[in-house]
Amino acid sequence: MSALNRKTLRDLWQMKGQAVAIALVIGCGVALFVLSRSLLYSLELTQNTYYQRYHFADVFATLKRAPDVLADRIAQIPGVSRLERRIVVGVNLTVPGLAEPAMGRLVSLPDTRKPALNQLFLRRGRWLTPRRDDEVLASEAFADANQMHVGDSFLAVINGRQKRLKIAGIVLSPEYIYEIKPGDMLPDNRHFGVFWMNHEALSIAYNLEGAFNDVTLSLMRGASTAEVIQRLDELIEPYGGLGAYARKDQPSHMFVDNEIEQNRQLGLIMPTVFLGVAAFLLNVVLSRIINLQREEIAALKAFGYSKWEVGWHYLKLVLLIVGVGMLVGLPGGAWFGHEVTGMYAKLFHFPEFKYHLTYDVALTATLVSVAAATLGAWGAIARAVRLPPAEAMRPEPPTNYGPTVLERLQLGHWTPPVVRMILRQLERHPLKTSLSVLAISLAVAIVVLGNFMEDSLNYVINAQFRLVQRYDMSLVTTEPVSRRAVHEVASMPGVLTVEPTRSVATRMRAGPRSRRVSILGIPTDSNLYGLVNVDGHRISLPPDGMVISRKLAEILEIRVGDSVQVEVLEGKKPVREVVVVGTLQDFTGVSSYMNIDALSRLMREGPVVTGVHLLVDPLEQEPLYRLLKDVPQVAGVTIKQHAIDSFEKTVGENMMVMKQINLLFACVIAIGVVYNSARISLSERSRELATLRVIGFTRGEISAILLGELAIVTLLAVPLGLWFGYLVAALTVSTLDLELFRFPLVIERTTYGLASAVVITASVASGLLVRRRLDQLDLIGVLKSRE
Amino acid sequence: MGEVDVHALRGVDLDLTTGEFVVLLGPSGSGKSTLLNILGGLDTPTSGTVHFRDHELTDFDDAELTRYRREHVGFVFQFYNLIPSLTALENVALITEIARSPLDPLAALELVDLGNRKDHFPAQLSGGEQQRVAIARAVAKQPDVLLCDEPTGALDVQTGIMVLEAIQRINRELGTTTAVITHNAVIADMADRVIHISGGLITGVDSNDHKREAAELTW
Repeated sequence: MSALNRKTLRDLWQMKGQAVAIALVIGCGVALFVLSRSLLYSLELTQNTYYQRYHFADVFATLKRAPDVLADRIAQIPGVSRLERRIVVGVNLTVPGLAEPAMGRLVSLPDTRKPALNQLFLRRGRWLTPRRDDEVLASEAFADANQMHVGDSFLAVINGRQKRLKIAGIVLSPEYIYEIKPGDMLPDNRHFGVFWMNHEALSIAYNLEGAFNDVTLSLMRGASTAEVIQRLDELIEPYGGLGAYARKDQPSHMFVDNEIEQNRQLGLIMPTVFLGVAAFLLNVVLSRIINLQREEIAALKAFGYSKWEVGWHYLKLVLLIVGVGMLVGLPGGAWFGHEVTGMYAKLFHFPEFKYHLTYDVALTATLVSVAAATLGAWGAIARAVRLPPAEAMRPEPPTNYGPTVLERLQLGHWTPPVVRMILRQLERHPLKTSLSVLAISLAVAIVVLGNFMEDSLNYVINAQFRLVQRYDMSLVTTEPVSRRAVHEVASMPGVLTVEPTRSVATRMRAGPRSRRVSILGIPTDSNLYGLVNVDGHRISLPPDGMVISRKLAEILEIRVGDSVQVEVLEGKKPVREVVVVGTLQDFTGVSSYMNIDALSRLMREGPVVTGVHLLVDPLEQEPLYRLLKDVPQVAGVTIKQHAIDSFEKTVGENMMVMKQINLLFACVIAIGVVYNSARISLSERSRELATLRVIGFTRGEISAILLGELAIVTLLAVPLGLWFGYLVAALTVSTLDLELFRFPLVIERTTYGLASAVVITASVASGLLVRRRLDQLDLIGVLKSRE
Repeated sequence: MGEVDVHALRGVDLDLTTGEFVVLLGPSGSGKSTLLNILGGLDTPTSGTVHFRDHELTDFDDAELTRYRREHVGFVFQFYNLIPSLTALENVALITEIARSPLDPLAALELVDLGNRKDHFPAQLSGGEQQRVAIARAVAKQPDVLLCDEPTGALDVQTGIMVLEAIQRINRELGTTTAVITHNAVIADMADRVIHISGGLITGVDSNDHKREAAELTW
């Protein structure tokens, strides 16, 4: 090995503590990058292969009832490649071990062939026996949540008659990767499941022989989705078509896509912060080393090493540190990737969800970290490159000193000498002090960033479940019923308050932009459903006009006061202009609200409802459930508490894991920054401190000088870091402004407290480590060597 | 205070001949270090020309100056400028690795009687030993010119003399043109020529008819 390479290795060994700290920060950045990129890749790959292999449809439509011959006409729409007609119905279920009613969706499967689209993956058991009417295939999510196995059976209310259904097999479908009840945001797999049944049996049970009520299409390459949807709508309109929609509006697909998009966004922010900090640390540390090695550099150059050889020599040091970072980061990222894949597997049901770490992800991570580190170190290295050898021979000129602010204000004599020394030191190196403050504040910001998502999510959950959904239970009917039903529900045991709801499927148009969205009609001044803004402020629903999500207004590019064309997709299908009277800063999906009476006028219908919101006496819940199960018009009951429980079980657990990972990363960065600052401070001042020791200062006093400086820097950094954290959180919130979920910028005081505490603790720990070195200060040696 | 042009050297006219031992003598601030730096290709004069054999040093760009230093010049500094993280042998090897026809690093160390300390780090060597390593490092490439900037400035008399002995030996045995700058007049006695510098001017040149051995010097 060449002597210069040996020097590189020994220099690295000399600064091993700092090098490890920086390498860990790089490692975290790399791990996060690898995690998000590989996860993104794995998700996309898994999704695409699944869709392709199992023929996930491109267009979906629901209608009331259409004869089979219509399917042939649909198949002739230009651009249609494959078509599958089906029967899809909602049923109430009685599941063993479950007190409350569950909801099921029965989807028909052709008796004698594979379906053309949305094919199933058989996880366990067997396929259906043709013509059997008492067998189903159950979705894995539901079966697992209820611990049901092949051969188990349950009761379903099929067209008003209770029937025992036996699970023949457990399956997965590309249509239900994220299995969620229509209208819900979070999966509740215990209380909602999808089942597949022989087409013939289902058509007989629902009097739909020779007919269908649901159709899915796949399109040829290059076909216009919008055109096909328009033609399809025209064909199914006379048969009670509810408006076709494209894959991008398919709920399960939307959730998976949303997750992919979130990963894409987060995969940029966090690694950038980490690599930025690492670049900064490398700059600080390398600047220091190059200052210390001025004379060595001069000697190298004097003996004929070219400036580029000198530059490369220091760059190698940087690359070695990056190398160590990669050694930690790549496997670390792969390990986290595995863990998070496991968490996704709980949420998303793929036949096979394998974690893939591709070479190009690893290569990109390497290139990005090398680039960031080189960029960070470049300023310092460039100084080494430029340093004229004759000048480098001379020691650095002494710093130009001047009186501090305190002294200029005539307050100098109020402060004790040690404090005066600290303040002078800080004030006389304003750039160095500011950079240290900046670096430590970034550590604070990382903790804030790592924690605020949880704050934000908690806030959303709290707002959604306590302020928006003030009811205990909601109920949806199979079709619009008279408002008298509200009184009937009100008279049931345990019901404390009832409010009617009317939900109407529509397509809204504004210019060329359109969007399928349901309008929810609720009473003005509803007690059980609040229109609540992100800031927790409740807005009132005017007696006429429509209040829509801000996100919907953005999508349609409209403002309050504009009118929107509302194309109702049910009943007499009126098309109306409706004025938008308000926008709502809500958190999930896109919604639209109207006063229930105004909605009835819009529909030109009498007082009908499609559901109710209920407040229920907790003690009377059991009999109420049993009663509701037997009402044929009830399509489904949602119990709010189940949604909360299910959230806490899935998302909550995942959040905890992510939070711990983030906290770990934040600690790494905090310690990396503070420890490096302290070490550099020690290195710069060891001569001065040794001199003080020689002339009679105690260890405690010189520690106070050095650590006091660190303490002041940390204390300045904390509020700045909290502010940075706030800014980065705001940036994150704005990049995560997706259609399905929007995170409000909520940062709890506990998060600020935690961030401050973590960094102060890291600071104290680093201080103690450095203090130990201070005790070992070589007084004579330090004074002898020239600097 | 306005800007003032300070000329470290003015009207210097000087020739060094092959194999010569020259001492540049002058007080601190007289411009002798600047002269040495210019001779060594570390610095360029604001005006005037410097020649090395057939080349004009003052026309050289940075890369050419680097090559000049790499191939022809050996430096010894007042504060040794050894790389603290490398052993004595490695400090020498640092130079032999980039030189065209170097000595064996160990042989170079033996020239300064430090063959037995080859694995010691600078911090484990005395000042005189460090300076001798620096000399070994400077001569290991077999330079045409050996430039020494106050080589004894940081050393006591005895050690200083050991260092001067080493320089003298190199000059004699390898025939290396040697220039030593110093403010110590005694050292002038061992030179072929003594060039007096003061206030940036050459104030006089003496030729020594009777060069003294380094070992005979004292101050």
